[in-house]
Amino acid sequence: MNEFLSRRKLITTGLAAAGASGLAIAARLADRYGLIPPDHGGIYGAGETLTYASQRLLVSRQTLAREFHPSEISKVAPVNGEPPEQEVYERLLAGGFADWRLTLDGLVARPAVFSLEDLKRYPSRTQITHQACEEGWSFIAEWTGVPLSYILNLAGVGPRARYVVFVPFDEMWDSLDMNDALHPQTLLAYAMNGQELPTPHGAPLRLRVARQLGYKSVKYLSRITVTETLKNIGKGLGSASPEIGYSWYAGI
Amino acid sequence: MAQPAYLSRFATRGADVFDAPRHAFVVRITHWINTLSFFGLLVSGIAILLAHPRLYWGETGGVGTPSLVDLPLPFVLAGQSGWGRYLHFLSAWICVCNGFVYLVSGILMRHFRRNLLPSASQEPFPAYNVLQRFTYLGTIFGLFPFVIWTGLAMSPGLSSVFPTLVTALGGQQSARTLHFVAASFLVLFLIAHIAMVCAAGFLAGVRAMITGYGAERI
Repeated sequence: MNEFLSRRKLITTGLAAAGASGLAIAARLADRYGLIPPDHGGIYGAGETLTYASQRLLVSRQTLAREFHPSEISKVAPVNGEPPEQEVYERLLAGGFADWRLTLDGLVARPAVFSLEDLKRYPSRTQITHQACEEGWSFIAEWTGVPLSYILNLAGVGPRARYVVFVPFDEMWDSLDMNDALHPQTLLAYAMNGQELPTPHGAPLRLRVARQLGYKSVKYLSRITVTETLKNIGKGLGSASPEIGYSWYAGI
Repeated sequence: MAQPAYLSRFATRGADVFDAPRHAFVVRITHWINTLSFFGLLVSGIAILLAHPRLYWGETGGVGTPSLVDLPLPFVLAGQSGWGRYLHFLSAWICVCNGFVYLVSGILMRHFRRNLLPSASQEPFPAYNVLQRFTYLGTIFGLFPFVIWTGLAMSPGLSSVFPTLVTALGGQQSARTLHFVAASFLVLFLIAHIAMVCAAGFLAGVRAMITGYGAERI
């Protein structure tokens, strides 16, 4: 009986140890291949990790979001939130954004500062895509801007870079992994439906992330930083959204 | 082993002895995990719906555009959809993984064939009548897959890889509306299911789904 028990104990302990080290190895591999989201902790972390990892395995860097015909552009394009109330933003808005600059820094070979005119001189991309809000409503609009990958390549992204952080004039900073940052449909958009980007939609420049929900498309951009880790920014959850209860990855 | 006298006394009353095998172990464990995950999906689904309780048809829709249905519910814009979405997707993963175990074991152990397929019933006292069997089969093989499909069709990530997911349904807002309709039918099923369990004896039914044994059917 004793022998049986000790053998059983041996087997279960062995299995538990194998399971634990297996999980640890899986976690390390998953992190290495960028399958773990920054908000992987807490009670909902397992679900977030499964969603993010499975979408990263299914959705390649080249997979394009659906694009639409000009006749499908929505007549109404609602927005959430108000333009930033910071004095510096209001001054730039009053001056027609002539003095506005976009800073690009972090893990890049050539940090740079761009004016709106600089960005408009670069090769542009125009796309008609669907944007859904996490609340449930959605609209289709045409966006024109410079692909984020273009200015990242101009600056020369370092080999250790894993995330691109977007700092706007308001508090809703966010970040993308390199899969979405270098995606051909990820734009720094300065025009919407053939017009200058309207102020409520993020003037003078906003991010467009075609394969995620609307709140990932940061408005009122001021600075872009390339980084290896998100742990030392804010609460270390990857963006302002998880700090107020919304997931970092919004591909679902 | 000596049988205590009081047990045999009870045995003569038939219905008080719960020794008739009723539900297999996998069926019981997946039933309760499904109960928990479905409850999580329902509560979080309501929290998400309340952020915008209007339904549309086609690709787009929002305040200022014509809706299909304005549900008689308040707009709750106090950030309840954040935890709602976290809980919804965690519960969905549990529900889908659990459902997969149930499906595979149900095929291997002939649970569907023996207990749910109407034609194959050879028992003198089948547990479920034809209508119940069709309802279970329709829920397991119709409603659940459809609610998963319509849910995934709303994902901008997945619809970029599999556009047919959403175009086959008539658009992203159509998918959202159909997801709500499918979820409503699942809630209807749940109400009918609980009503049937109550009619057949709630405690005995719950006990059978926990222990695996029910009263002898007479």
